[in-house]
Amino acid sequence: MGWHNKVLRVNLTAGTCTPEPLNTEWAQQYLGQRGLATKYLVEEVDPKVDPLAPENKIIFATGPLTGTAASTGGRYSVITKGALTGAIACSNSGGYFGAELKMAGWDMIICEGRAASPVYLFIEDDRAELLPADGLWGKSVWEADEIIHRTHQDPLIRISAIGRAGEEGVMYAGVVNDLHRAAGRSGVGTVMGSKNLKAIAVRGTLGVTVKDPARFMQAATAAKQVLAGNAVTGQGLPKYGTQVLMNVINEVGALPTRNHRDVQFEGAGHISGEAMHEPRPSDGKPNLVTNQACFGCTIACGRISRIDQKHYTVVNRPEYWSASGGLEYEAAWALGAATGVDDLEALTYANFLCNEQGFDPISFGATVGAAMELYDMGVITDAETGGLKLTFGSAEALTTLAELTGRAEGFGREIGLGSKRLCEKYGHPDLSMSVKGQEFPAYDSRGIQGMGLTYATSNRGACHLRSYTVSSEILGIPEKTDPLASEGKAGLVKAFQDATAAVDSSGLCLFTTFAWTLGDIAPQLDAACAGEWSIERLLETGERIWNMERQFNLAAGFTAKDDTLPKRLLTEPAKTGPAKGKVNELPKMLPEYYQLRGWDTEGVPTGETLSRLGL
Amino acid sequence: MLRSLHIEPRKCTGCLQCEMACSYENEGVFNPARSRIKVFNFHEEGRMVPYTCTQCAEAWCLHACPVEAIVVNHATGAKEVLESRCVGCKVCTIACPFGTVNYQQASGKVIKCDLCGGDPACAKACPTQAITYVDADWTGYDRMRAWASRTDAQPATGTPA
Repeated sequence: MGWHNKVLRVNLTAGTCTPEPLNTEWAQQYLGQRGLATKYLVEEVDPKVDPLAPENKIIFATGPLTGTAASTGGRYSVITKGALTGAIACSNSGGYFGAELKMAGWDMIICEGRAASPVYLFIEDDRAELLPADGLWGKSVWEADEIIHRTHQDPLIRISAIGRAGEEGVMYAGVVNDLHRAAGRSGVGTVMGSKNLKAIAVRGTLGVTVKDPARFMQAATAAKQVLAGNAVTGQGLPKYGTQVLMNVINEVGALPTRNHRDVQFEGAGHISGEAMHEPRPSDGKPNLVTNQACFGCTIACGRISRIDQKHYTVVNRPEYWSASGGLEYEAAWALGAATGVDDLEALTYANFLCNEQGFDPISFGATVGAAMELYDMGVITDAETGGLKLTFGSAEALTTLAELTGRAEGFGREIGLGSKRLCEKYGHPDLSMSVKGQEFPAYDSRGIQGMGLTYATSNRGACHLRSYTVSSEILGIPEKTDPLASEGKAGLVKAFQDATAAVDSSGLCLFTTFAWTLGDIAPQLDAACAGEWSIERLLETGERIWNMERQFNLAAGFTAKDDTLPKRLLTEPAKTGPAKGKVNELPKMLPEYYQLRGWDTEGVPTGETLSRLGL
Repeated sequence: MLRSLHIEPRKCTGCLQCEMACSYENEGVFNPARSRIKVFNFHEEGRMVPYTCTQCAEAWCLHACPVEAIVVNHATGAKEVLESRCVGCKVCTIACPFGTVNYQQASGKVIKCDLCGGDPACAKACPTQAITYVDADWTGYDRMRAWASRTDAQPATGTPA
């Protein structure tokens, strides 16, 4: 219960779709979604495999609460060896696709091999088949979505697809579902593209049942009330979305600006959540049309925006005049502050293109920022860019590069490499603001110390979703810690990492944890599925998942040397704001972190740690 | 006193908690495909609209049913389908001008909103009060009040005396 106990194995090489039972023993140890699918991947894929080889696999996984009435219970994860990083990759997404997959009677889809020519997977309840996608290849996510709906004459199908970025080998291509929700990071869409798999289309009518329905409804209802009563999940996020953070993070001096040269952006106010509500001088309408929830979500942080029809990006291009997924904080930061661009409409357009062609706005924006620094230094010249002036703050450069990158044309091919490969190619590897090849998100670790350790130790490369210590260091949840102090952060990061791994494995959204503790989540899980889920058990499961991911990376060739930050953050002090004069104190935090994790000085889990966790 | 489901699309976020509550209440599973209320997403306009049976006073579904399987619950005003009597002929789905009676392949019967016997689960589950259950005589009350608040307001500063 909570599970259908059914996995769909899709062999793209052979063209077969085969049901098999879910390994319920593993579900007891790894819960679901991120944890359980990683267990499958670790068991089936050699960590040394080339991410784009047919031997890599890509898994679409739901959690036990996906498709139930638990608030935010609509998540799914995409697990693979990441194209961008070569590390374990797990990108999760909301929208409606994950719940639909569960409604169709499947807990997980494992895709292996490579199709000889483009295909898409079509699932209608227990019927699953691979269909030719020749007519879809070369199309955007938005076009593919429309064609599939039209082909099957069914408006209720939910679709997860890659765009041209994923087909063309942009290294940070994402998988986009429901037009604008994405498993965006680490290049999971690039892996999907390498398998000639264009899309998964699902129609599910079987529904989901839980172990103890009455107890579950009681727990879910109580938990929904906790979200409603909380200032962040009940007011801030519904009103401003994650963009509620733009001005806050800028104020504390942790908004990375112009490839992390600065920690405050003078244009932050123009690209903030507040600005999205303001009527535009041009047409008197605000950028934001409405907020939209994902499946089951009572927070509704999603943004739906409309671009000013007279803006230079879309003038006479009505195909971009409709409302669609708007800016969330990370995208607004990467497309805006990281590049020095403060034109809200231009950022919205670039964000639309990221959704339309399926590529990660964080890695894209950060890579553009790095390219702009190289251009500023004279390393990249007009000859390489085809005459495009990559000056910091140029909205035109940003939007042109978004168009080119989505189609992998011209200098967009270079931007599509990601900042690590791009900066190495031009001889300045230190200017890539990344860890394990994945670009930083929107927090400068000189102004928020815990995020430095978070980035350095994240199993999927730099990431804010593996331990969001911003919650404690800035927002004071669950308790306030000093963002400029590195003392005590090792323990904080470990605790957040373990708890997050459990939440990511449940089918729930991480944003619930602004209001919920594991004490709110455990009763819902316990009523939904087998396992006597308690806070302690969830934390131990999270720790087990973390160590399993770590072992995959170690076997893939990563070492303690990869648990680091770019030189800039360790040696160039912040120039302005509350963090002025600070660098990130990673060298102070890392040894303590290893010790708390039960790892040796080389960052390798000790035998004792592994046996304690049953690994 | 009869009460009506009152829907304000402007407040809907598209979370589908109403569909889940409906299917759980009526079918014991979480399954939007078996919900009697449906949220429509007009994506290009950025609008989400929950829609269900309005319990017409002069119910065409009821009049059209050849086997009298649709009856009035006089306590709630709901037009209810008697599953034991329904033969799945679908005439009611043709008669309903709004499409809110639907045939269900699994059971071979039609399903429609019955106001959960007077305590609609969808309204209870809605986190934004886009769906409320109000006095049937005053379904426009909130909107009326909102407009009322704008009359007889103080003149804005700078307005000529």
